[in-house]
Amino acid sequence: MTILLYAIRRLVQAVPVVLLIMVGTFLLLHLAPGDIVDALVGDMGGADAAYIARLRAEYGLDEPVWVQLWIYMGKLLTFDFGWSFVHEQPVSVILFDRLGTTLLLMITSLSFAFSIGVALGAIAARRAYSLTDNIISTLGLIFYATPSFFLGLMFIVLFSVKLGWFPVGGVQTIGSFYTGWDRVIDIARHLVLPTASLSLIFLAFYLRLMRATVLEVAELDFVRTARAKGAAEGRLMIHHIMRNALLPVVTLFGLQFSTLLGGAVVVETIFSLPGLGQLAYQAVTQRDMNVLMGIVFLSSILVVVVNFLVDLLYARIDARIELT
Amino acid sequence: MSLADPIAPGGATPTRASVFWRRYRRNRAAVLGLVLLGGVLAMAALAGFYEPGNPLRRAAAPLIPPFTDLAVPLGTDQLGRDILAGILHGARISLLIGLVATLLSIGFGVLVGAVAGYFGGWVDDVLMRITEAFQTVPNFVLLLALVAILGSRIEYIVLAIAIVSWTAPARLARAEFMALRKREFVEAVRNLGVGHSSIIFREILPNALPPVIVYASVIMALAILLESALAFLGLGDPNYASWGNMIGQGRAVLRTDWYVAAIPGVAIVLTVLSFSLVGEGLNEALNPRQKKG
Repeated sequence: MTILLYAIRRLVQAVPVVLLIMVGTFLLLHLAPGDIVDALVGDMGGADAAYIARLRAEYGLDEPVWVQLWIYMGKLLTFDFGWSFVHEQPVSVILFDRLGTTLLLMITSLSFAFSIGVALGAIAARRAYSLTDNIISTLGLIFYATPSFFLGLMFIVLFSVKLGWFPVGGVQTIGSFYTGWDRVIDIARHLVLPTASLSLIFLAFYLRLMRATVLEVAELDFVRTARAKGAAEGRLMIHHIMRNALLPVVTLFGLQFSTLLGGAVVVETIFSLPGLGQLAYQAVTQRDMNVLMGIVFLSSILVVVVNFLVDLLYARIDARIELT
Repeated sequence: MSLADPIAPGGATPTRASVFWRRYRRNRAAVLGLVLLGGVLAMAALAGFYEPGNPLRRAAAPLIPPFTDLAVPLGTDQLGRDILAGILHGARISLLIGLVATLLSIGFGVLVGAVAGYFGGWVDDVLMRITEAFQTVPNFVLLLALVAILGSRIEYIVLAIAIVSWTAPARLARAEFMALRKREFVEAVRNLGVGHSSIIFREILPNALPPVIVYASVIMALAILLESALAFLGLGDPNYASWGNMIGQGRAVLRTDWYVAAIPGVAIVLTVLSFSLVGEGLNEALNPRQKKG
């Protein structure tokens, strides 16, 4: 019951942030040169002034800004982002069509970065200042400084062009019509390089933080007590140290999710994955502001949801947090 | 401050700079970062000597591989532009964009954080909700939206990068101000009748700045990465040589001449690495208690 109350309280706290983001997207749309009527008239190849004025009235663009903001926010609440004149479709249809690919890329990248980063960080900390630690830490530093687009291109050169192990782009082989497990394996092979290029920088984040916190926790009194009582090293590591060292890493997980979504723009563009990121890039070059603002809003909602889930997870694994 | 620190009360105290350097030097990686940073600065300084004219001009035959022609040591791209000239001039642009964007974001972030942390109450609530909203929107997506609206002029790109990166310094400054505002020295000047703005800027700010300055190196590295990603997508200012743009152009000949994209990429990695290493060294030297491991 307490966890339910806690969840409700966290949700209520997110409300003002979501409202502010709504106002922000509205302001950005207004700052952008040209409105929906300009786009319509441009599509028709010109119209006379009286007709344009009537169109403006029809779309509510002659109302005061406050009224327009109210209408816009009401529409956002139902995920109505308007019409895309480039795709000739409602924006929400395009967005939800693309959401799956992006989520798939996010989930694979985060799981890879989290599991490998945590494991490598723990190994590096247990053998602090040894050769193993030095190699892992140096790799971490280099991944930390490498932009994902550069990494992606070099992966393509090495693994697609020179070695031919993985496909250059796309989410599945065109015209293959695989079904069942063949299709899953095909998609997985297409996702290896994008996942690797997106996740290595986050892997470096987790690795560095994990190494630092394991070193810190290993010095604490309760670990010494456990060791004095004769706990085996393996049990000590997993049961006593890792469980406590994971807490800051989980926090970072939530904080980094928004950065990861941003990184998807570049990676999806390089590997021509039909996701939200690639759509965002296309929307900028095609000046499709409704789609772009829809992505800004939808991705922010995604971040809010993920942070909410991370908070719940955090409350679950850290018994010290009081759920009041 | 540990017991090993050679500051004896009354005796000949070493200058603050030499103590600082001794602590900084302990971290070998940080020293390497300083050397790399020096290299990047030298590249930016030498750009004018190596190529006084336009680095985007056609210098030789297209696609000369690196280390084969002395006139163009790092080779040329598919339009015959000298890659070394692009790298040197790109160092200038990266550093310039990084520096100005960092100053803007730190300046604005510290202002917001200072006001929120100092006054607290509803001012803090409102400012922190706004900060959270900015943190929630994925920063690269917001950057794309801003560039789509403002355009690709270099000034606007700097401004857009600052707009997406001011939140972290704001939170840092807020935490420092909240910790410092109840301290005795602040109470003392307040009782003397000193005004709010004077307390914020002349009394608290100098004490709150060190962690923010350390964080500036992180923002600098992030700003350089953001700019290069924009330029890579072809959304940067086309009038300047930029590492990201060079990589984007190199993508067209990736299959045959991958060095066109690889060389500027290495330049970005080394520059970002230098800033994060220097930042870590500064952090350890300025906050010795936080030293890990």
